[in-house]
Amino acid sequence: MEESRSRLYQGNEACVEGAIAAGMRFFAGYPITPSTEIAELCSVRLPQVGGTFIQMEDEIASMAAVCGASLAGLKAMTATSGPGFSLKQENIGFAAEAEIPCVIVNVQRVGPSTGMPTSPAQGDLMQARWGRHGDQEIVVLSPAYVDEVYSLTIEAFNIAEELRTPVILLMDEVVGHLREKVTLPKPGDLVIKDRKKPVPGSRYLPYAPGEGEDGDVPPLAAFGDGFRFHVTGLTHGPDGFPTNSPSVGEPQIKRINSKISSRREKLCKAEELFTEDADILVVSFGSSARSAKKAVKDLRAVGVKVGLLRLITLWPFPEHVIQRIAAGKLKAVIVPEMNLGQLAREVRRCLDGRAPVIGVNRVAGKLIEPADVIRAVQEVK
Amino acid sequence: MRKEFRLAGAGGQGLISASIILAEAIASRTDLYVAQTQSYGPESRGGSSRGDVIVSDSQVDYPEVTNPEYLLVMTQDACSTYAKDLAPGGVLIADSTYVKEIPSVNGTVKSYPISERAREMGREIVANMIGLGILAGLTGVVSLEVLEEAVMERLPKSTWDLNKKALRHGFEVGMQMAGGGEEVGEGTRA
Repeated sequence: MEESRSRLYQGNEACVEGAIAAGMRFFAGYPITPSTEIAELCSVRLPQVGGTFIQMEDEIASMAAVCGASLAGLKAMTATSGPGFSLKQENIGFAAEAEIPCVIVNVQRVGPSTGMPTSPAQGDLMQARWGRHGDQEIVVLSPAYVDEVYSLTIEAFNIAEELRTPVILLMDEVVGHLREKVTLPKPGDLVIKDRKKPVPGSRYLPYAPGEGEDGDVPPLAAFGDGFRFHVTGLTHGPDGFPTNSPSVGEPQIKRINSKISSRREKLCKAEELFTEDADILVVSFGSSARSAKKAVKDLRAVGVKVGLLRLITLWPFPEHVIQRIAAGKLKAVIVPEMNLGQLAREVRRCLDGRAPVIGVNRVAGKLIEPADVIRAVQEVK
Repeated sequence: MRKEFRLAGAGGQGLISASIILAEAIASRTDLYVAQTQSYGPESRGGSSRGDVIVSDSQVDYPEVTNPEYLLVMTQDACSTYAKDLAPGGVLIADSTYVKEIPSVNGTVKSYPISERAREMGREIVANMIGLGILAGLTGVVSLEVLEEAVMERLPKSTWDLNKKALRHGFEVGMQMAGGGEEVGEGTRA
């Protein structure tokens, strides 16, 4: 790694450097705007650190290759956007069910379908959460700054490894293509987590919960380590072989959900600004949150009691944070987002009628402007 | 403090490159924060092209340029499109090789035959470096040395001499513009 001097990084570039710092040594992908720089840079950087880059025939195969590489013991990532994210869903579901640690980056662009390839959107908030069939919790992180892309990519790998789960890094075109000053931490200052491995010589049950605090996350052997085990997308028992037995299947399905939902407070990161005495709260994420922050600062400067909650962890949803802030008296909650109200709907669910939720929405590829947010706040007054 | 720069012209004039070099110089050699964006779309292939830089003494919130304090325009189209966005009291710098008509703006207009000078130096492709030099000389946001280092980090060695020569020339022109306010070169002011 280079010395820790400040440098200009593009968001997509910071993602690659963060991934490599986290230990990523495998990337499979199919380039798609606006995520292409991630694949390009991985093809240059991975061979330099002894890793492997593969451009696959499509997104379905890329996600399958990532699952395979992770089961062979490597930290693995893929990156995509729009239609590519839809194609990856089936194998993300496989990774959730088979408990395969991996990171999926989605640099969001305008949809539906091919949409606007070069323009930003935040319309995959719900797809990231609910895009697969069946019940499964998922961790979704959303950076707003280029230096945060770096740190959150590392965080995504750490969570994936610790919880044996796919983690989605939900970026958007603005953050992906933006260049900003980044001061990389010294390698020794980074916290890097690795998956638990079974004890050599022991009988290995790849899906058997164990004892203790993290007992709900079984250790994961790498193929080649000498353990013989079975991996399937079918509902399976502790030994990894398929089962149709409800009494075996139900605990397994519940466990892959509760290992995430039970850690909600630990997983949820958010930035708060002036929330203590706010009577209007602005809730946003990703690049829209930067416009929201500017608006909140400008409004505070003229005495408006407005606060900002920028969600960094989107899923599991930080309902405890929203409910804590809403315990004070809120006149209204404003939700700026580049979609037609996906976050607003979730915030409304959490508030359960305690305050009106007002959306500020754009969907045709232009970043929300601070003036849009200021206008919405002024209309409340 | 937040200052916005916009470098606008046609695809191929190297203005996105110049904006990245400006941002890189600020990021790696000053204590200031910086955010760089570019017009990104089908239009960037041969059509209009734009690189934007925001410099700030605190973290940049809203990352896009809306009303640049410093606007460099290197085609008539870019000038006609962006002149109206100039921040009040801002400076519009026009490449008089291509910009013949400048709409009335609420700021200062400086004009200089940037592309013509670059051609005289050997290759019109270094016009972007003259433009970048002018911006730096005029604003003092970064020194010439720092810009030269950024050029050497970003561009191939075979191009260093000419690029640095163009930068230096631009820097001097920029300093002259800052000092005298006297208009250098020809151009039409509304």
